[in-house]
Amino acid sequence: MCLAIPHRIISFIGSNRAIALAGAVETEIRTDLVPDAAVDDVVIVHAGFAIEKLRQEDGAELEKIWKEVTELAGYPE
Amino acid sequence: MQDTPSNTPRERIAKLSRALDRIVDRRIKVMEVCGTHTVSIFRQGLRSLLPASLELVSGPGCPVCVTDQAEIDAAVSLARMEGITVATYGDMIKVPGSGTSLLEERSRGMDVRVVTSADQALSLARNCRDRTVVLIAVGFETTAPATASVILDARSEGLENFLVLDLHKSVPPALKTLASDPLVKLDAFLLPGHVSVITGLTPYRFLPEEHGIACAVAGFEAEEIMIGLLETARQVKTGRLAVASLYSRAVRPEGNPAARAVIEKVFTYADAPWRGLGIIPSSGYVIREEFAQFDALKRLDIPLSAVPPPEGCLCGEVLRGLIEPPSCPLFGCECTPNHPVGPCMVSTEGSCAAFLKFHQGGDNPWED
Ligand code: SF4
Repeated sequence: MCLAIPHRIISFIGSNRAIALAGAVETEIRTDLVPDAAVDDVVIVHAGFAIEKLRQEDGAELEKIWKEVTELAGYPE
Repeated sequence: MQDTPSNTPRERIAKLSRALDRIVDRRIKVMEVCGTHTVSIFRQGLRSLLPASLELVSGPGCPVCVTDQAEIDAAVSLARMEGITVATYGDMIKVPGSGTSLLEERSRGMDVRVVTSADQALSLARNCRDRTVVLIAVGFETTAPATASVILDARSEGLENFLVLDLHKSVPPALKTLASDPLVKLDAFLLPGHVSVITGLTPYRFLPEEHGIACAVAGFEAEEIMIGLLETARQVKTGRLAVASLYSRAVRPEGNPAARAVIEKVFTYADAPWRGLGIIPSSGYVIREEFAQFDALKRLDIPLSAVPPPEGCLCGEVLRGLIEPPSCPLFGCECTPNHPVGPCMVSTEGSCAAFLKFHQGGDNPWED
């Protein structure tokens, strides 16, 4: 029950409900918890409620950790 | 790590695995506390890529698994009541109570409906005014705001036939209990991705600061989990402990304020029982007095008294990462997903179910 699935919002039904798409499946979701959600946003849906918008990862954070770790580990070989 | 043709997912995972090998220079114990991580780690065969000295254990990351026996019994006794329709998430239906499960009650003709959202339970109440619909509300910070939202809706609509058996729990206090447990002895937590979406990072700061435990929030892909583990190993090696977030496309440092506001409006904290962990101070989200009319425990006379766990079931030890599921004598023989003895074998995110499904003789997708 704890699995959260990213959905793309297709359209709104009123102020706190939307139709969203995951793969080929359309579902009705609630958007109360992400008040600024908009059409085309990708949201994480948990038990029928969007809990957050997924943002674009710039990769900088992972790059930084990767760099530190490779230094620690003695890379490049 | 750019995705270049010479840097395929398999190569990157192999590189991460080698880096872990080099960094981990003593025994370290890392606990993951998120059902989705548990499943992902098993499904992707990541355990086989970890250095022998890194022990990765599953903690209380599955809401169904940590639900106390007395709470399951309360849900089952509700289903037997005249005029009550029980609305439950699918995972809860098979969990054995001391006597029967919700599934068995349904096969005896009791009205038990499976819902995938608290909103569906509310619709049931709107559509069946002659019955009282009770939502069995389990889950952590991820589902608590959904329950809170439908309680607010029920109040504004004046729905009198909608109740909630509120079993919601908060993750950070459970981590405090585990961090203080002298038997558990953790070096690091791989923090839950989606609970952290709601809570943000601040509620975990006590772990590095007061308990010397490394922390990283990670996403759910194989690479993201490996990088999360690498980050915890890096913190342990350098002694520079922190709450690192490697899942910033979903987790903001401050969490989701709208979700937390709705939780705070409807719930307050109380001590709560956790399977295997006992009573944890201020770890239960309980419905505020102001919304008592929706509280099934207050409105209906259901007993919630301590009951021992099923005989022979070692879920408590599994949930504290003290044993791996196969060490339970019932694992895979008396206790299987079709005939579960304990809740850890019920939910797909339960450690015992995940272990049984993926670990035994499973292929390693990262090997040729
Ligand atoms: S195998 Fe079954 S009985 Fe044993 S700990 Fe897991 S759920 Fe409990």
